[in-house]
Amino acid sequence: MATNEEILKKIREKFGDAVLETSDALGEAAVSVRRDVIVDLLKFLREDPDLAFDFLMDLCGVDYLEMGGFERFAVVYHLYSLKHNHRVRVKAFVPENDPRIDSVTELWAAANWAEREVYDMYGIEFNNHPDMRRILCPDDFVGNPLRKDFPLQGIGYRESFEKIDRESAQ
Amino acid sequence: MSEQNKTATRTEFSPEDFERVYDFTYDPHEERMLLNFGPSHPATHGTLRLVMELDGERIVRCVPELGYLHHGFEKLGEYRTYNQVVTITDRMNYLSPMNNNFGYILAVEKLFGIEVTKRARYFRVLLAELSRIMDHLVSLGTWAIDLGAYTPFLYLFRERENIYNLFELLAGTRLTISYTRIGGFARDRDIPPEFFPQVLKFLDGLLKTVDEVERLLLRNKIWLNRTKGVGIITKEDAISYGITGPCLRASGIAFDLRVAQPYSDYDEFEFDVPVGENGDVFDRYIVRLEEIRQSVRIIRQAIDRFPEGELNVDPDTKVMLPPKDEVYGSIEGLIHHFEMIMLNRGARAPKGEAYVATESPNGELGFYVISNGGNGPYRFRVRPPSFYNYQILPRLLEGQMLSDTVAVLSSLNIIAGELDR
Repeated sequence: MATNEEILKKIREKFGDAVLETSDALGEAAVSVRRDVIVDLLKFLREDPDLAFDFLMDLCGVDYLEMGGFERFAVVYHLYSLKHNHRVRVKAFVPENDPRIDSVTELWAAANWAEREVYDMYGIEFNNHPDMRRILCPDDFVGNPLRKDFPLQGIGYRESFEKIDRESAQ
Repeated sequence: MSEQNKTATRTEFSPEDFERVYDFTYDPHEERMLLNFGPSHPATHGTLRLVMELDGERIVRCVPELGYLHHGFEKLGEYRTYNQVVTITDRMNYLSPMNNNFGYILAVEKLFGIEVTKRARYFRVLLAELSRIMDHLVSLGTWAIDLGAYTPFLYLFRERENIYNLFELLAGTRLTISYTRIGGFARDRDIPPEFFPQVLKFLDGLLKTVDEVERLLLRNKIWLNRTKGVGIITKEDAISYGITGPCLRASGIAFDLRVAQPYSDYDEFEFDVPVGENGDVFDRYIVRLEEIRQSVRIIRQAIDRFPEGELNVDPDTKVMLPPKDEVYGSIEGLIHHFEMIMLNRGARAPKGEAYVATESPNGELGFYVISNGGNGPYRFRVRPPSFYNYQILPRLLEGQMLSDTVAVLSSLNIIAGELDR
C-alpha cells in the first residue's frame, strides 16, 4: 500500500507539466490534470506495478460554474487498487467552448455507460467512444440536466404541448 | 424559452424507427426477430428494458435501455440541505434504505469532520446489517420465484416483514426510514428497550428460514440445472467492468470494503467473507445466502458489546437539532432549532470534497459530495453498484438461451431506483 504522498509524487514525476494541482485533503489523494494527458495518465496508473489501479470505481462529471475551477467542467475518475488497497481521484478539466475529452473505454469496460451518463448530463463528448448516445434521458431530450444553468424544474415537454382552448375543443 | 426547446416533441414509436435505432433488418426467410423485454415485465423487478435480437431462442445481441426510473436525484440533491438529502438516498436502493442513509451520512460527516459516538457507530452497523439481510431476502426470494420455485419466496418475504416491523418500531416508518442525520440519528429519544430482544428473537427465526430455503434449493434438480454454469463472470471481466459486492466475490475475488477499508468500527467485528469459485449464477446465490448468516453474526456481536453512553453527538456542535424539551423550554433552544432548520441557515460544511465508499448489499456504494461552503452539497454524486453491475449483462447473455435472461438478471440483483437515480 502506497501512501497518498507516494502516489501523488509518482504522478508529479511522470506528468509534471500536465498536473494542475494535487491534494491530500481529508485523507484522499486527488490530482487535477489537463485533459490531453488523461488516457496516458490512467494507463500509467493502471499499469505501474507500485500503483496498480485496476478498478475504475466511478467516473462522473462536475460543473464548476458557481464554484470556480480551472475550467468550467471536470470529469472525475475514482480509481481503486485491489492489490494495494489504495485509492486516488483524478480530475481532468474540460473547457465550456470545446467540451470533449478522450474516452477511457479502451482501458476499462466500466467506462462505457459512465461516459454516456456524463455526455447525457453535461454534454461532454468522449472521443473514440463506441456508442456515444444519451443513457438516462430520452434520445430527443434537449439540454443537459446536471449543468448548473439548467433549471431544477426542467424545461420539459410541458412548454411544447399544443394548447387547446375551450371553444375549439367543443 | 429558446426556440430549440419549443420544438421538442414526444417520440412517436414505430417498428421502423425501432429497427433503425438498433440496426436490425427483418428477413422473413430467417428466424431472427427483435424482442422487447420489459420495461414492465414481471421478471425485471422494476423498469428495466432489454432489446434483444434473437435467432430462434438464442440471444444474438442484447442492448439494455436505461432511464425509465430516472428521477434526477443528483440534480435534486444540489438544491437540498445536507439533512434533507438523506430522504433522497432512501429512494435509491429501496430494498435496503439504511445502507444508503449510512453511506451518505458518512460522506457528509467526513466533510464536516465530525466523529460520532461509539454507540452510534455500533448502532449504524447493526441497522446496516439488518438492511443487508432485508436486501438479500428480497433478492433471493424473487430470484427463486423467477426460476419457478414459489415456496422460498413466501418464506423469505415473511422474514422481511419482520425486519420492516423492527424498523417501524425504531424509526416510525417501514420502507423509507431516513433514519440517519449528521452526527447521529433522526430521533433524539434513545433506542426503545424492547428493540434488542425483538431483534434477537427475529434472528433465531431467520436462521431457521435460511436453512429451510437452502434445503429447498441446494439439491433441487431444476434449480441446479438453471443456475450452474449459467452467466459466468470471469475475474478479468469483473475487474474491467467494475463489478463489486456479492457478484465480484462469487467470481473468486475476496473484496469486501468492510474488511479492506473498514469504516464505522467494522474492524471490531468478527465475520467471514464468503467467496465463490466459478462466478456463475449458483455461486452468486450461495454467496448471498452465506452473507445473511455472516450479517447475523455481526448483529449478535453488536448487541453483545453494545456500548453505553450517548447516541447522538452533543447538540452544542451545532450540527444536530437540540432535544425537544430544550426547544420548548428555553429561548436558546428554540433559536438553535430554528437556526438548524431554516433553509438559509443550517449546518455549513467547510469547502472541500469527500468520496466515501461503503459496502452496500449490491457492492460498493460510493457518495462523492462536493461542498462550496454552503448548507447543502454543491455536487452530490452517487456511485450506484447496480449501474456498474448491470453493464456486464449483454456480455453474459449473448450466445445464451432466452430463458437464461431471467436467471442472470435476477442474480445480478439490479435495483432500478439505484440504476437510474
